[in-house]
Amino acid sequence: MTKHHVSATINGEPAEFLCEAQQTLLDVLRDGLNLTGSKEGCSSGDCGACSVIVDGRVVCSCLMLAVEAEGHAIETIEGLARGTKLHPLQQKFLEHAALQCGFCTPGLLVAAKALLDRNPNPSETETRYWLAGNLCRCTGYDKVIRAVLDAAAELRGA
Amino acid sequence: MNDIVQQFKWVGTRPIRPDGVPKVTGRALYGADLTMPGMLIGAILRSPHAHARIRSIDTSKAAALPGVKAVVTSADFPERKFEYVGPERVAVNFWHMTRNVMAREKVLYEGHALAAVAAISKAVADEALALIEVDYEVLPHVIDVEAAMKPDAPLLFPDMITRGVDPAPTKPSNISKRIEYKLGDLEAGFAAADEIVEMEFKTAAVHQAYIEPHGCVARFDADGQGEVWSSSQGHFVVRALTAQLLGMKIGDLRVYPAEIGGGFGGKTVVYVEPVATMLARKSGCPVKIVMSREDVFRASGPTSGSAMRVKIGVKKDGKIVAADGEFKYQAGAFPGSPVMNGCMCAFSPYDIPNARTVGYDVVCNRPKAAAYRAPGSPISAFAVESVLDVLAQKLGMDPLQMRLKNAARAGTQMLYGPKLSHNGYAETIEAILNHPGYKTPLKKNQGRGVASGYWFNGGGESSATVHVNEDGTVVVATGSPDIGGTRASMAIMAAETLGIDYDKVRPIVADTASVGYTHVTGGSRVTFATGIAVVEATKKVINDLCARAAMTWKVDVEGVIWENGHARPASSNVGDFEPLSLKEIAAKRALTGGPIGAEAGVNPGGVAPGFATQFCDVEVDPETGKVTVLRYVAAQDVGRAIHPSYVEGQIQGGVAQGIGWALNEEYIYSAKGRLDNPGFLDYRIPVASDLPMIEAVLVEVPNPGHPYGAKGVGEVNICPPMAAIANAIDRAVGRRLTELPMSPPKVLAAIDSGTETKAR
Amino acid sequence: MPMLDYIAPSTVEEAIRVLSGASGVAKLLSGGTDLLVQLRSGRTRPDLIVDTKNIPGIIGIRETDGAFAIGAATPGAVIGECESLKKAWPGVVEAANLIGSTQVQGRASLAGNLCNASPAADSVPALIAARATCIVAGTKGRREVPVEDIVTGPGRTSLARDELIIEFRLPKRPPRSADAYLRFIPRTEMDIAVVGAGVNITLERSGACSAAWVALGAVAPTPILVPEAAAALVGRKLDDRALQMLDGAARRACKPIDDKRGTIEFRTKIAGVLVRRAAAIAFERAGEQR
Repeated sequence: MTKHHVSATINGEPAEFLCEAQQTLLDVLRDGLNLTGSKEGCSSGDCGACSVIVDGRVVCSCLMLAVEAEGHAIETIEGLARGTKLHPLQQKFLEHAALQCGFCTPGLLVAAKALLDRNPNPSETETRYWLAGNLCRCTGYDKVIRAVLDAAAELRGA
Repeated sequence: MNDIVQQFKWVGTRPIRPDGVPKVTGRALYGADLTMPGMLIGAILRSPHAHARIRSIDTSKAAALPGVKAVVTSADFPERKFEYVGPERVAVNFWHMTRNVMAREKVLYEGHALAAVAAISKAVADEALALIEVDYEVLPHVIDVEAAMKPDAPLLFPDMITRGVDPAPTKPSNISKRIEYKLGDLEAGFAAADEIVEMEFKTAAVHQAYIEPHGCVARFDADGQGEVWSSSQGHFVVRALTAQLLGMKIGDLRVYPAEIGGGFGGKTVVYVEPVATMLARKSGCPVKIVMSREDVFRASGPTSGSAMRVKIGVKKDGKIVAADGEFKYQAGAFPGSPVMNGCMCAFSPYDIPNARTVGYDVVCNRPKAAAYRAPGSPISAFAVESVLDVLAQKLGMDPLQMRLKNAARAGTQMLYGPKLSHNGYAETIEAILNHPGYKTPLKKNQGRGVASGYWFNGGGESSATVHVNEDGTVVVATGSPDIGGTRASMAIMAAETLGIDYDKVRPIVADTASVGYTHVTGGSRVTFATGIAVVEATKKVINDLCARAAMTWKVDVEGVIWENGHARPASSNVGDFEPLSLKEIAAKRALTGGPIGAEAGVNPGGVAPGFATQFCDVEVDPETGKVTVLRYVAAQDVGRAIHPSYVEGQIQGGVAQGIGWALNEEYIYSAKGRLDNPGFLDYRIPVASDLPMIEAVLVEVPNPGHPYGAKGVGEVNICPPMAAIANAIDRAVGRRLTELPMSPPKVLAAIDSGTETKAR
Repeated sequence: MPMLDYIAPSTVEEAIRVLSGASGVAKLLSGGTDLLVQLRSGRTRPDLIVDTKNIPGIIGIRETDGAFAIGAATPGAVIGECESLKKAWPGVVEAANLIGSTQVQGRASLAGNLCNASPAADSVPALIAARATCIVAGTKGRREVPVEDIVTGPGRTSLARDELIIEFRLPKRPPRSADAYLRFIPRTEMDIAVVGAGVNITLERSGACSAAWVALGAVAPTPILVPEAAAALVGRKLDDRALQMLDGAARRACKPIDDKRGTIEFRTKIAGVLVRRAAAIAFERAGEQR
């Protein structure tokens, strides 16, 4: 089986890996690069737990072949904090108790970051529709939305 | 809320959970996240048929495939005795369980496991599965509960004679059990009623739909010692069931709790752990098995679908005089639907002198039902709370006032035997009645619905260990997996009891060899029972700390008290000693007797049940039948909210699941008995844009059975939403929906039919 | 073991060469939001994946004198951020933006949505109503094809083995023109369309409709134009009579199936409702135009 050699940027650092054509980016992140923060909830692009940001756009890493990452910049949950300094979204999720089991949380945080990078002042409705692709079964989304809106306010004020 | 904050330093506050940072940084390890050196990937062969006899399984080609290290079938698992063990409500039968984990004579549902392989990669494992040759004799199947009860229905078990019927039936059927509860004189009760409503209801099977699929890694060493890393709601139960199914000594198996990505009851049983352990035993290598999303829907246990009939009679003034319910629940492929719970909970919010519930546990060709948040109660609540609403409308009475008039209180005789032990229900009704939103006017095609619900909650065995570190910080170890913030609650209770800062307490979830037996995280029992264990262990530590102080001061231990994190003399008579902090006592521990720690094992009584009352406002699009939830307010008696944010979270989560159950979630089967929608695309759980903010109203009637007054909070909140929404739709467009889910085609058909459902 | 190959050609000509020279089954990859799902489920088992995204111009939107060319692999999110396209073709843009979640929008393309050939594809009825065309490239050269001639049945297109779509074209708009697209799904997001309705109109100064196209999705084996519905609009304002005729025409055009996403009866009813509502939005938008 031919392996493809891929060079990409992951969380700001140059990264290289070998992969087979049918492996998804999620497969390689988790199994090849040990970045298990992105989760596999469905493998069909319906739950968002595998969300990563590619060239500034949030995508499902289960819907991308690993080989398609060649030459692109990828941000995962592992890159959201700067060392031990949490991103305001992460801090607000903790303060608002916006996670219960925490499984959907990495995907939600990545998707929320993509939202705030693009729209620093989203309304509740805009936030809900933006995050519709991130399924959460524990929280009913209430505290998640509050945390995102609060983080947006902090980022605007800072 | 204010008096709580003044009374306690930590109970009732909202500190950040101690396991939060790993979860928001992606560092926390869930069931699929662990790898071990030499690990193989396990894959499970599943039946494509809803019902078939297994004539033969030939695994030889699979075993011969390069890269395959082990193959298992039911032949590898010891046979188990056919008997129901444990309390009736939660009885297990290992003869059934081993067959659910790996089929023997028959496959009983599409997705039923019948063989498994372990190989060097997923690709090789999948290829090996394709090489397993199974000779099936396909049999007719049955899924709908009423169809399964018919005398000519295909039988899943040729010798199943209904239990609970006297004299026992002579012919076998798919009805595993009949239950009945009776109180008073039903005939006289209905005869005295001014208004009677009798209606029939149907609900579809729904799944807990946790986002994390089941996953585990198992290892088995040459000395017969096994280790399992598993995402579950109870690693002690995983240990017990896996050991049973493999014929192992419990002490030879050690289970580590991975973080768990949701369970809601569905992860209190085992599917992959026994298979992975057996594959590890046969291959000599660690084996990881993670279920695919499709397999989770096809092969793990959803809750029951049902057919129900409820009849309630009331006086003109709203007093309920008689209530009768018949509940038929799908058990799935093996007995054990939660119909008993459904029968017990159905009328429990109310003081009804004459009542009866009859339940049927019916097997059918779909996966074996597993617990789902207050199992059984949401289903019967849909029927009862709908009928009450129809009656309230007939009487022209506010539905909340009607509930208040009949509210069960401490001392009320319950249908299933005991007297209600706690107050709290009436307070939830009052909380909604007094809520400013309850009186806000609505527009055309909008309606407001109310409903209540009841759940027993639970006690059960829990253990906790508390150790004081050399610097006065504290470790609290329990055996309760944290699915909703309970580590924070344990730390709060320990900190409160000790009188030290929350940040100085480190709560962990310990594995089965490192803490005493602890039952599942479920049944709304962790803050209650495990909390009691933590407090008792903490009190033992406090006794020890006082003894160390007494030794230091050379006084009798009776002369030392613990206050605000310090040992101090009980009075000036004892002596004029400076208080000793936990830190100071810890520093001197070697001189006063050595390490400071204690364990407690409990099985507490004093369980307080859960009551919930909720209202929701909906808008119905009369041209499409689409229902939008505009507003949702959920009141619940929580006893005392140890960590209010996580209590609110439970309420919001249960309501969201209830809304999905009400509007769009259902198992859809093809004519061949195959699941048509085994994925999140067509199994439609609520997404963020479907829901409004969900307002949780915490009513606190403290539970004297818990050191801080806590009652279980996790489950009862899912009981009211389905009826609350049905009642709201009725108020909005004058149509009564009696079948779940109330999806747009059903609502539109009801609107277009021009007639309201006639109640008898 | 299944051997899957992958190649990312750098020009259209290279892509055509690879497609025509492929010995096994070759599948084109643009956004991948359908293909990867089908790969994983085993519904498709290709031997070769041909990734078009390195071809110059295949991602991007170009406007020339009011007419638009949209690169075939342009993600929906990029389409949704193009202000001039949104202004001229709000219906096409909102249809494209309905495909899947935000994550799917980051990748999903018009070419993929069209060539996957689901009867319920979200962007297709709007493109058909807009009279959009595709530029198809193959060994025989390039040809311009109306969008409605691409899909021939569920999962089937009229493209030859060696052909790929490289561009979508939308014509220059006459004044007082607007389009609208509505979709019915049981939730608010994330569902496959139960019915999709696209309406594209031009108004005279009087406010009466001078030209109209109506297309429906998810109610037939392919997305369909409904000439009878369009005829109901031409020459009149959107009065009650027009709405009634529109509703009836939409229903009559439906040939849906019963499946887990909708029954025949429900889809037929909803088709009428959505066409009426989409027409109302299109008329309002056109009235706001110069």
